[in-house]
Amino acid sequence: MRGDAHAHTLVAPADLDSALALLADNKGHRVLAGGTDVMVAFERGLLRDARLISIWQLDELRGIATVGRHLTIGALTTYTDLIESSLVAEHAPTLAAAARDTAAVAIRNRGTIGGNIANASPAADLPPALLVHDCEVELRSASGARWVDYAGFHTGYKTTVMRPDELIVRVRVPLVDAPMRHFYRKVGTRRAQAISKVCISASVRRGHDVRIAFGSVAPTVVRARIVERELASALAAGLLSTEAVSRIVALGVAEARPIDDIRSTAEYRGRVTRNLLRECLMSFVA
Amino acid sequence: MKSQVRCSVNGAACSFEVPPMARLLDVLREEANLTGTKEGCGEGECGACTVIMDGRIVNSCLVPALQADGSTITTIEGIAKGNVLHAVQAAFISHGGAQCGMCTPGMVIAAVDLLTRVVNPDENQIREGLAGNICRCTGYTKIFDAVREAARLLASTP
Repeated sequence: MRGDAHAHTLVAPADLDSALALLADNKGHRVLAGGTDVMVAFERGLLRDARLISIWQLDELRGIATVGRHLTIGALTTYTDLIESSLVAEHAPTLAAAARDTAAVAIRNRGTIGGNIANASPAADLPPALLVHDCEVELRSASGARWVDYAGFHTGYKTTVMRPDELIVRVRVPLVDAPMRHFYRKVGTRRAQAISKVCISASVRRGHDVRIAFGSVAPTVVRARIVERELASALAAGLLSTEAVSRIVALGVAEARPIDDIRSTAEYRGRVTRNLLRECLMSFVA
Repeated sequence: MKSQVRCSVNGAACSFEVPPMARLLDVLREEANLTGTKEGCGEGECGACTVIMDGRIVNSCLVPALQADGSTITTIEGIAKGNVLHAVQAAFISHGGAQCGMCTPGMVIAAVDLLTRVVNPDENQIREGLAGNICRCTGYTKIFDAVREAARLLASTP
């Protein structure tokens, strides 16, 4: 049953410092950006947080720019912003591909990159792409700021390294300074709207510098370190044959730890992981 | 807790005294009496509540009223110009793009948005543009026909 609007307070601070001051007061404020997760919880009567802070109006958290050797992306950047950005297309093409495969237009106009990270779902669409782009996340609080490596951001199912007084303000990925090939594919009930049952993202730089990430097959989004190592050495040796792909796929299936849940079964996910990983690796066979 | 929410709705300046977590959908239907915007799923899956907010389509069931403060909103009631239907509305009628009508307001808004962004959409672009709007009557074919016709009408209108 839907939550009661009267049971929640929502304030819209005029600037980032005011928002951070509210988060610092230890009253358990929940951050509401584009509302595509929080308002769904509200609809289902599952929104436990009495106090909410809107950050949607904080334009200082928007914007995509190159800064030094990085592409920085404001936390309130929407999926639509990612799709429309020529900088993202150039320096984070896997992220653009992930954004295009997320939900549908109206959700893409409101869902944000910061929200997708903070919501910490292992089935989220952008995180596997962020992992293959070596993303870092800037967390800011009233007492300071820190950059954290996104590969270590999620500590378990729906848990992260963020403190309650911290807010994701932007992310950054290194500029693409050498030819890069990439792969992104998610499988869900349908192409649009559906949350993924299995998602695989990959990038290969300089011929053999490999990143591969899985979504929806573990308590968090994860890098597939064994597959990465094997694929990198096969590519470096110029030996990525169909046989090598089969051997690496078997290692990758063993590396994934899918479970049964509301969206799928471990058995189905295992099979799809095998097929997606094969498709992914075959795309890198010269 | 109530907040003052001021916004422009279909060109008219409006002010609402509502809980800040009230859904924009409910504010439009119950405070502004604009009942053309429908509620389907209430969680952003079906698109029946689609409106245009600051030039972008949104699911009004997922927008807390406070976030609409200062915004410009167009609902289905603002799509026709007086008694003159928008090309999308005219094409939905001439091609049988509506049956029960529940999805129609959201479907029309999404189609208007698509044709604003893409002048002459192909089949995939139409499917993509309407992917967030679910219809349980028409089987979509007549809706896609209507959108193609609307694109032709718009192209031939100076």
